[in-house]
This record gives sequence, structure tokens and C-alpha cells, in this order.
Amino acid sequence: MADPMRIRAQAAGDKATVRVLMAHEMETGQRKDSSGKVIPAWHIQDVTAQLNGKTVMTAQWGPAVSKNPFMQFTVKGAKAGDKISITWVDNKGDKRTDEAVVS
Amino acid sequence: MKIVLIASALLLTLTAGAQTKSTADGIAEYRKMLEDGNPAELYEAKGAALWKRPRGPKNVSLERCDLGLGPGVVKGAWVQMPRWFADTKRVQDLESRLLTCMETLQGFNAAEIAKTSFDRGEQETIEALAAWISSESRGQKFALPQGHAEERRFYELGKRAFFFRGGPMDFSCASCHGVDGKRVRLQDLPNLTKNPGDGIGFAAWPAYRVSSGNLWTMQRRLNDCYRQQRFPFPGYASDVTVALGVYMGVNAKGAESIAPALKR
Repeated sequence: MADPMRIRAQAAGDKATVRVLMAHEMETGQRKDSSGKVIPAWHIQDVTAQLNGKTVMTAQWGPAVSKNPFMQFTVKGAKAGDKISITWVDNKGDKRTDEAVVS
Repeated sequence: MKIVLIASALLLTLTAGAQTKSTADGIAEYRKMLEDGNPAELYEAKGAALWKRPRGPKNVSLERCDLGLGPGVVKGAWVQMPRWFADTKRVQDLESRLLTCMETLQGFNAAEIAKTSFDRGEQETIEALAAWISSESRGQKFALPQGHAEERRFYELGKRAFFFRGGPMDFSCASCHGVDGKRVRLQDLPNLTKNPGDGIGFAAWPAYRVSSGNLWTMQRRLNDCYRQQRFPFPGYASDVTVALGVYMGVNAKGAESIAPALKR
């Protein structure tokens, strides 16, 4: 089971800025271990952001995204008290969903 | 023609601007961009949970661990370490103290953990715990105790280790960290023989290293300093590493801790 994300969402005017930190190895599949064997690729593939259950953003990620990635985006129309949920799915099928309330 | 002139004039102002910006400004700007998303926060959250979770052969949590301010007191403990511990009769830094707690409370084998390489097994636990414990003292000023004779002896030992030259390049810690204004490639090196300022040097570790994608405790920082000097690797949580911690920590008296920080 993957470690939890850190999500912060702050409303300003009619928009909210969402900042997300995800804990993931993001292994590219290009590196080799100490014995010379290729370390298999293991990275987040799909990211979905929902505002009160409605999908507001989807993203497809690949091996070029860094380890423990940081993502920031703005959502129009999000107010304080709204619920933001983020889901990621990696190439091994592992997934994680975390929620935060807009402040 | 006019457009070309304007363009070149613009280019000139731009290059002039770039020249006045120092390397340090560039790094400060980079840190600013990243400070909202310091992945050390992930380690903090993990460490906070690990502290409370019953683990090890004895299935006990670390909540009774004494970091110097009494069993279970975490706030403010980081800025007063390394310090003398009466129960072990040793001067200990955070990592060596955590080893003690993991052995006495949880039943882990401390020597085994000390031999484990960084980022593996229980070393990962210590990294996360160090991130959380240091974060609980964020904004506080370093005030290492020097009341016990052993603490003063460790300061002197640390000073000696700091100025001790050796290895194929005849380096000492002081070769790089003994005067103001030195740098390695693009990194400014703090002068650790005095207080280098808030959030610099000893006050900036543990930190998340973006280049290696993991959290470095002071033990790992020192281990890598010795590697760069081409010295033999120091033992994990060994006396020399603790003594260096005392030397740097006492010198940093009054510096504000920003740990866990973010490093390039």
C-alpha cells in the first residue's frame, strides 16, 4: 500500500489552487541496479482530480516525471469547504486516492 | 532595423540583469519555487505515524522514547541534540538515540540497523522519524547543552575531527567549511566554525535531496562528506560523527532550524 499524498487546496476569488505531493518511486525502467540488472519501470500513469465528485482534470504521466512528484493546478469555481480528491494509478495497477477540503 | 535595435537593446538589459544575479540568488529562487512542495513532508507524515505504531519484536511504539527532554517529548528535542544521556552514559545524536530506543523499547538489534545501508530496511524508518522529529522543532533556535563534562569533551573531539587532515587529498572538513565564501561547483559552503546563520549548515539538515530523491539525515550528510574527502566511511552513529554534530551544533547556537529542508 502506497504512502498517503499531501494535498493542500486554497481558494482565492473564484479559483482554488491545489498543491499535491505524491509519494512514489517513479522508476524509469532505464536504470540498472548494483548487479547490472535493469530495474523495471514503475511509475504513475494516470492522475485524476475531482471537485465534489466531478472530474475536473485528468493527466497521463510517464517515466520523465520525478520521484515523489509535486503537482499544482487551479480549479475554477471551487469554494472553501469543497472537496478535492486526487487519484493516481501506476503501471503496476496500484492506486491511491486522497481527499482534502478547500480552505 | 528599428525592431532589431530594440531587440538587441532588450537583450543587453537582460544579460546585464543576469550578470548581477549571483549563483546563490539562482539557488534561492529555485528553492522558493520548490518550497511549496518539499517532499520531506511525505517523510514527516510517515515518521509521525511510525513513532506511534507498535513495532519490532516487542511490538511497542516509540512514544516512551526519551530524546533528552523526557520520555515522549519531541517538541524542541532536535535543537538540543546531540547531548549527554545518563541512561546510556553516552553523548548521542538523534540517530544514535533512535537506535537506542529501537533496541531497548522495541527489541530491534541496533548494531544490525547501524550496518544496514541508507534507504534500506530500518534505516528508512530512522530517516522518516528524523524528518518528523526535526520538523517538530522547526523555527526554534539551536541551544545544545554543554553542562556535562562529556558534552564539552565531545565538542573538543569534534573540533579535532573537523580540522583533522588526511586521505589521498589531504583534506579536512575545514578545507571546505573553515572560511566564508567557499563553494563546490554551484553550492555555497557554510563556514561551520561559527554560526553560519539561520537555516544554513547544521540548521538545514535533515533535508530532502532532490538530486538523489531521498531524505538525508545528518549521519548521511557526514557520511557523504567523508566520501568526498576520500576518507574511510565513518561508522553509523559512531562517536566521531556525534562529536562533529556537537561541534557544529554548539557553533550554530542561536541559528534557527528549518529542518527538514530542501536541497538541490
